[in-house]
Amino acid sequence: MTFWQFLHAKGWYLLSTLIGGWPQTAIVALGSLVFALIFGLAVALLRLSPWRVLSWLAVAYIEFFRGTPALVQLFVIYFGMPDIGLSPTPLEAAIVGLGLNGAAYLAEIYRAGIESIHRGQLEAALSLGMTPLKAMQHIVLPQALRTMLPPITSFAIVLLKDTAIVFSVGVVEIMALARNLVTETLHSAAVYLIAGTIYLCMTIPMARLAARLERQRQAWH
Amino acid sequence: MTPLLRIIDLHKSFGELVVLDGISLDVERGQKVSIIGPSGSGKTTLLRCINYLEKPTSGHIHIDGTLIGEKEVGGRFVHLSDRELAKERAGIGFVFQRFNLFPHLTALGNVTIAPQKVLGLSHDQAEARAREMLQKVGLGHKIDQYPERLSGGQQQRVAIARVLAMQPKLMLFDEATSALDPELIGEVLRVMRQLAEEGSTMVIVTHEIQFAGEVSDWVIFMDHGKIVEQGPPAQVLFDPQQPRTREFLKHIQDR
Ligand SMILES: Nc1ncnc2c1ncn2[C@@H]1O[C@H](COP(=O)(O)OP(=O)(O)O)[C@@H](O)[C@H]1O
Ligand SMILES: [Mg+2]
Repeated sequence: MTFWQFLHAKGWYLLSTLIGGWPQTAIVALGSLVFALIFGLAVALLRLSPWRVLSWLAVAYIEFFRGTPALVQLFVIYFGMPDIGLSPTPLEAAIVGLGLNGAAYLAEIYRAGIESIHRGQLEAALSLGMTPLKAMQHIVLPQALRTMLPPITSFAIVLLKDTAIVFSVGVVEIMALARNLVTETLHSAAVYLIAGTIYLCMTIPMARLAARLERQRQAWH
Repeated sequence: MTPLLRIIDLHKSFGELVVLDGISLDVERGQKVSIIGPSGSGKTTLLRCINYLEKPTSGHIHIDGTLIGEKEVGGRFVHLSDRELAKERAGIGFVFQRFNLFPHLTALGNVTIAPQKVLGLSHDQAEARAREMLQKVGLGHKIDQYPERLSGGQQQRVAIARVLAMQPKLMLFDEATSALDPELIGEVLRVMRQLAEEGSTMVIVTHEIQFAGEVSDWVIFMDHGKIVEQGPPAQVLFDPQQPRTREFLKHIQDR
């Protein structure tokens, strides 16, 4: 069978099978995004804290997770954690692994956003009697968020695509099903193209959202 | 009675650069003290030390008899925690040269946020107080505007209202009119004059000599981090004893 004949005969079957992996992909992507959004903020605040040791720890964290392959980190968590008595499920390992990795990238996005806010804003907030954390929460972060939203959206796109590695720890998501289908049908090109198209259907709307946020960022109101 | 503000032998250096070189000063309740001096003489740094935006290298500051930014524990001075420091700062109003209004909040939001988040006032209480303060600075009709829609003079008046809403014991003004176009200076000085008449305790860094002469009880001339001359305005501004004071005043009047 040629590529086109195969696609014609089995296309619908491939698509519906692969879409069956979508919920797992979405759970990993969303779960690790939320994890990274929260944990990344903590890392960023540590990074900016006046205590040298804390800020140094945050830098080490960021360097480590950005400087080593996500796949390696995933393997360490999934295959290494049982050695210390924890045995995460594939889903848990995937969410924590991508989440920890993403936090390192988000921490830098947060930091750039926070540093883009003029120091006078923090000082005005402090002079009114806010603690540094309150000043962050009510004054600096709401302003920084405008700067950060476009890169955060881009980050979410990368994260979504990166979920394609979590089949390697046993999560049955789109890529895992695609590999099964290739074994079953021996038609890699068609299977992986359809898998890729499913990712595109998710990333294109996100990219458009990012572009719109970027345009809106220009004016305050 | 102890003075409201007492500064004892304050020193501040940035690395090698000595910016404050032994400043001591008492300000009584209700007193208005103006600080004049050439650019770079340490006026801003002095104000920033008073509310601990800048940590003094040595020396101590007391407000209402309470040490600022530090406390004595077993005969040693230790820094306050963020929370303790914030509490002290809430009682000290700071008006910045560049206003530093919060651009993501309306005029009303700028004035309500600290009373709500710091003093714990309810939304309604904070808003009532904010409206009153904005009215007082003549901006009752601008409460829903964002700062970028306000003129410099209006922004600075919102900044003053923001400080007033915290009902501070002491207000610090760092060249509150220096960033303004000449035609907008008057409206801000009018508000400051009104506060002075109402009995607020104010430390005012300014280049407006005439204004300083009218509102102050005491004037300080600073140069190179030291108080060169101080006294009632009639003396320091209009009959200075020190050659450096005379030179500075002549220079500023020639502008
Ligand atoms: N954060 C800082 N780091 C280094 N030098 C500073 C800092 N703040 C102020 N200075 C220096 O301290 C000196 C006094 O500054 P400042 O207090 O702003 O003077 P003034 O308000 O009288 O013009 C200046 O030489 C200024 O460059
Ligand atoms: Mg200054």
